[in-house]
Amino acid sequence: MKRRELLGAAIGLAGVVQWRPANATAEELAAAIAAFAGGVPVRNGRVEIDIAPLVENGNTVPITVRVQSAMSEADHVKAIAIFNESNPQRDVANFYLGPRAGRATVATRIRLATSQNLVAVAKMNDGSCWSQTVDVLVTLAACVEP
Amino acid sequence: MTRALVTMPATAKRGDVVEIRTLIAHPMETGYRPGEDGAVLPRNLIRRFTCHYDDVLVFSAELFPAVAANPFIAFSTVATASGTLRFSWTGDNGFTQTETVSLTVT
Repeated sequence: MKRRELLGAAIGLAGVVQWRPANATAEELAAAIAAFAGGVPVRNGRVEIDIAPLVENGNTVPITVRVQSAMSEADHVKAIAIFNESNPQRDVANFYLGPRAGRATVATRIRLATSQNLVAVAKMNDGSCWSQTVDVLVTLAACVEP
Repeated sequence: MTRALVTMPATAKRGDVVEIRTLIAHPMETGYRPGEDGAVLPRNLIRRFTCHYDDVLVFSAELFPAVAANPFIAFSTVATASGTLRFSWTGDNGFTQTETVSLTVT
């Protein structure tokens, strides 16, 4: 009976220990996105993240972000930011563009410490913010091997 | 001087969208990773990338530790007039690198 209680407590504790950081990083992610948006509500849509859903090597992951926009003087994307949920830092990269970009597409290569959610947020010249979230599975994590 | 590559067409029609791909040799040391002796390796990052088209800023980026080593950045710009594009990377420990590529617009 005692051993059962102890086991139960241990499992419960393990659950708490594992879940708390996940929630904390999710809050940090929301805070980082809110800081980028500057108080404007972030809506889903217009942004498209192109990334492999199953990543074999987290050290270099190609990612492309496209935003539906005419990229004219009257309607263009001012900034695109990529955020992650479970790396040591929430920011990945911020890109600043304008009507002279012609196309609202940027591509880079990033590191992913573990399987996690990625969020791309686009800020338009009218102040509105749009985002997309993708879930990525990583088999070999970055940052573990020296 | 480290090695930097800029891939883009040499000529374009006026109004065309030109795709530019840049790559630079840099470790992008995160400051979170232990080295051979177990001590954390000091942070050494490229923080900022800019592209000026005839001295007008057309694209810039802020990079964080989550950008992979040897940063690759691809973007596009509208060919407006013949001129030079200047690409600059700046980072920790006074790192700076500048590349220029000329573009002929017909």
